[in-house]
Amino acid sequence: MAHAKYVVFGILFGFVLTKAEVISWFRIQEMFRFQAFHMYGVIGAAIVVGMISVQIIKRFNVKDIHGDPITITPKDPKQVYRYLIGGTLFGFGWALTGACPGPLFALLGSGLTIMLVPIAGALAGTYVYGLLQHKLPH
Amino acid sequence: MFDWLYQPWPWYVAGPVIGLFVPLLFIAGNKQFGISSSLRHACASFAPKSIPLFNYDWKREGLWNLLFVSGVFIGGFLGGWVFANPEPIALSAATVQDLAALGIQDFEGFLPDDIFAWGNLLTWQGLLIMLGGGFLVGFGARYAGGCTSGHAITGLSDLQAASLMAVIGFFVGGLIVTHLAYPFIL
Repeated sequence: MAHAKYVVFGILFGFVLTKAEVISWFRIQEMFRFQAFHMYGVIGAAIVVGMISVQIIKRFNVKDIHGDPITITPKDPKQVYRYLIGGTLFGFGWALTGACPGPLFALLGSGLTIMLVPIAGALAGTYVYGLLQHKLPH
Repeated sequence: MFDWLYQPWPWYVAGPVIGLFVPLLFIAGNKQFGISSSLRHACASFAPKSIPLFNYDWKREGLWNLLFVSGVFIGGFLGGWVFANPEPIALSAATVQDLAALGIQDFEGFLPDDIFAWGNLLTWQGLLIMLGGGFLVGFGARYAGGCTSGHAITGLSDLQAASLMAVIGFFVGGLIVTHLAYPFIL
């Protein structure tokens, strides 16, 4: 099973999210109220490390472990509406549930069965976007 | 010696570790770090092929992502249950004061039980926050083409203007709910 390693990576990721407390509704409230540096520190440091890594990968044409070139698919920056409107709608959901998609699954794993409700909502939202995709401004 | 498994990690430890998932997934198999795609793959596993968004080989493109997310669930179990931090989260006093003024009484664990409980599901506030909030997370992430991981971390790491717009949207939305909507909802 060549994909088994992704389960291991996911476990590590879920563990870090939990220990960083970024899965907490309270921490998200603290962030949107600008009352602590914690969330900004976590996200900011992640971006800095990600940025350095991506620049190294691009500059040195780093290959993956199979020897294949690494492809980074750029998002189309001309689709202004989708990012601003879709992003704002996502922000509503982030502040309401206090969780983005990764934390939803980590919270469920931590024993909070009530998170099945927002997860069902997120699946429904994804499905409804699929139905409406061509009627929305992008 | 194993205290670090139970205790919360500071931002300068957790943040860089989270950022390392970007190169880790690229190098391990040319995979682009992003979580909300898993919701799309899950829908694609049962949706009719007449919906273009879900008309692709979800096992080929998405199996790794669904496995990653199943790992996140296990990671949450380990970090939030097996090695759960026994102390309440060290929130800023100002946040505790603001939330208490809105009527929040439970500051234990990751979520306030005042809102997130099965018993609240049939109140309009419970439905709006839990089901409506979840719906907006799924709908908004797909509309914007990514979530916190795909846009804020991977996209900004690649200096993409599209991701900057999306992240500005995330914050505008979050600030509106926190400062304008919550005083009426809670």
